[in-house]
Amino acid sequence: MARNIWTPYSRVPLLGWFFGALVAVTLERLAGTPLAQVLGLQKIPVLFGFSVMLKNPVLIPNVILYMLIIYVVPTAVTTRLSISLANGIAASLFRFPMAITAAVHLALLYAILHVWAEISDYRVLVLRLTLIAVMLTLSLNVINGYMGEFSCSHPGFMALGAYCASVLTIGLFVNAQLFGAASLPPALGPFLFPVALILGGLVASIGALFVAIPSFRTRGDYLAIISLAFMFIVKSLIENLEFVRGSRGLSGQPDWADLPTVFLWTVLCVWSINNFVRSTIGKALNAVRDNEMAADAMTVNTRRTKIVAFLFAAFWAGVAGGLFAHVMRYVNPGTFGIQNLAEVLAMVYFGGLNSVYGSIVGAVSISLLGEALRPLEIFKWIIIPLLLILVMIYRPTGLIAFRDLDVTNLLKPKQKPDAEV
Amino acid sequence: MPFLQVRNMSHDFGGLRAVRDYNLEIGSGQIRGLIGPNGAGKTTVFNLITGIYKASEGEIFLDGRKIDGLPPHRIASLGVSRTFQNLLLWRHMTVLEHVKMAHYSKIRYGLFGAFFGTPGRHREEAEIEEKAVRLLGRMGIRHLADQVVLNLPYGAQRRVEMARALATEPRILLLDEPTAGMNPEELVQIIEIIRRVHGEFGLSILLIEHRMKVVMELCETIQTLDFGAVIAEGTPEEIQNNPRVIDAYLGQERAV
Repeated sequence: MARNIWTPYSRVPLLGWFFGALVAVTLERLAGTPLAQVLGLQKIPVLFGFSVMLKNPVLIPNVILYMLIIYVVPTAVTTRLSISLANGIAASLFRFPMAITAAVHLALLYAILHVWAEISDYRVLVLRLTLIAVMLTLSLNVINGYMGEFSCSHPGFMALGAYCASVLTIGLFVNAQLFGAASLPPALGPFLFPVALILGGLVASIGALFVAIPSFRTRGDYLAIISLAFMFIVKSLIENLEFVRGSRGLSGQPDWADLPTVFLWTVLCVWSINNFVRSTIGKALNAVRDNEMAADAMTVNTRRTKIVAFLFAAFWAGVAGGLFAHVMRYVNPGTFGIQNLAEVLAMVYFGGLNSVYGSIVGAVSISLLGEALRPLEIFKWIIIPLLLILVMIYRPTGLIAFRDLDVTNLLKPKQKPDAEV
Repeated sequence: MPFLQVRNMSHDFGGLRAVRDYNLEIGSGQIRGLIGPNGAGKTTVFNLITGIYKASEGEIFLDGRKIDGLPPHRIASLGVSRTFQNLLLWRHMTVLEHVKMAHYSKIRYGLFGAFFGTPGRHREEAEIEEKAVRLLGRMGIRHLADQVVLNLPYGAQRRVEMARALATEPRILLLDEPTAGMNPEELVQIIEIIRRVHGEFGLSILLIEHRMKVVMELCETIQTLDFGAVIAEGTPEEIQNNPRVIDAYLGQERAV
């Protein structure tokens, strides 16, 4: 009997789940507040009610009921009812070029996130930070997962990107004490913001070159040590640069990193990294990791492969840093320290090595968990590491490791499961 | 003009002279054997030719071109391919990915194509895949294309390694103990494969082998190495009856 309820869901294409989620978030938008009040919650539980439940355990059943009514039941019902519709649409989308199909899915995904986040500013902030975490995690996974080295310099790259982009935007568009009057009209800003981010990324790549050249002559722990040193060098360099106000930090970045911008950059990042790691040039990273001598003997230019991947990852870390600076509208060198490193590493290893899915799952779950457990204060830093240890024991390579993200496979309609068998 | 020529090559590991004044000439399409007891320096010779080690002395020419000192991937893309004694496969990659990877040096789409998934890249990847699948078919492992190598039986792994080596489109193939750890049945198969590969691809082959049966079947001439120096060279019959070779393999009273 239970099987009969679940079997139809194996035929739901991604599009169907999106429909379901869209209905759920719309419902929350329309009926969330009254329902929350009826259930005795003051307002809509912001992050799936974790903070409410932790503060006031008596309300746990109410929160669960809210979750069921708003999220679970509508999603389940809509997806179930729209199976054939969603499959039909997915199938007709497949007649168009892949880019259009993907764009439609992304638009729908964005709509879901947008409606969900609109409820409160806090959600918008958490969502943007989560998306940035996805970029960071995925780019670190290129080095630590796909290439199998251990790099600790991601906060350093992030700092380079953040400061470079901030200096550009503040210097050119903001009347700040630091850099004098704005030299360009603010109207140009949104167009030049991507340029600032890309420049930030490139500066991070140049920084990466200083790590890569000495450390990729050999294998082993050298990269870990040199990259850790690099992280501290960047941090203390910025702390001592009066030009960017040293350890007091840099503030006043223009508010250009809104949700659509961050979403777009994240999509770009995931797309290009996924392209890279699925090409034979990118697979060479796996070959280098699994056996460098064999890779060399099979004509792979191992040194170039490693350096390119490292710079590429640093580039995306830099872009993510730039976005981060403009989301927070304040950066200080203390942000880019060992704590930040630990978080990114946790996301990579929790989600799964060598896998785009894994990085997304790792970044989203650790970010949301971190936010949701905030009421626990210091105990948060006991629960998350414990979770990580459990994952390491039972799935040493992470939750979803070594899985290719095949976009065609992901989006395709699942009309007739019997035909495939 | 021999196709591959090694002249007066020596190599030292610290104070140990692992290879001593080694000379080799292989003509186009020849199969040569290299035998010798454990530790004689056979694999070191391979590592020197393929550029993994830099020879302390001596020169290596491929088709008249000096190749010693080049990095290993350059030597490989010039047409020197090899297999490894202890099967250096990439444990997380599928059989098809192994063979595709060996086309690395011929990829033209570059980094731009890799990052942005240009149409040119998709076309080229499809071409490479088609070639790879065809090669797998010729090696009789097409049905394993999507398997991760780690899960394959030993004999199949050997074939994968051979297919991967052939996918670089070599002109000379260095096989390092291709029959190590094989049972008699697999042995016959691998001899058959080597012979077929030699015929179909028109390759020169340099073969390190311990088993006399394989060497006798395949090689035209054989070199015997002991303590890094060539102690005998000749046809399989000559080698088999050469007292120095027998000494080197079995040792005798003098050693006791």
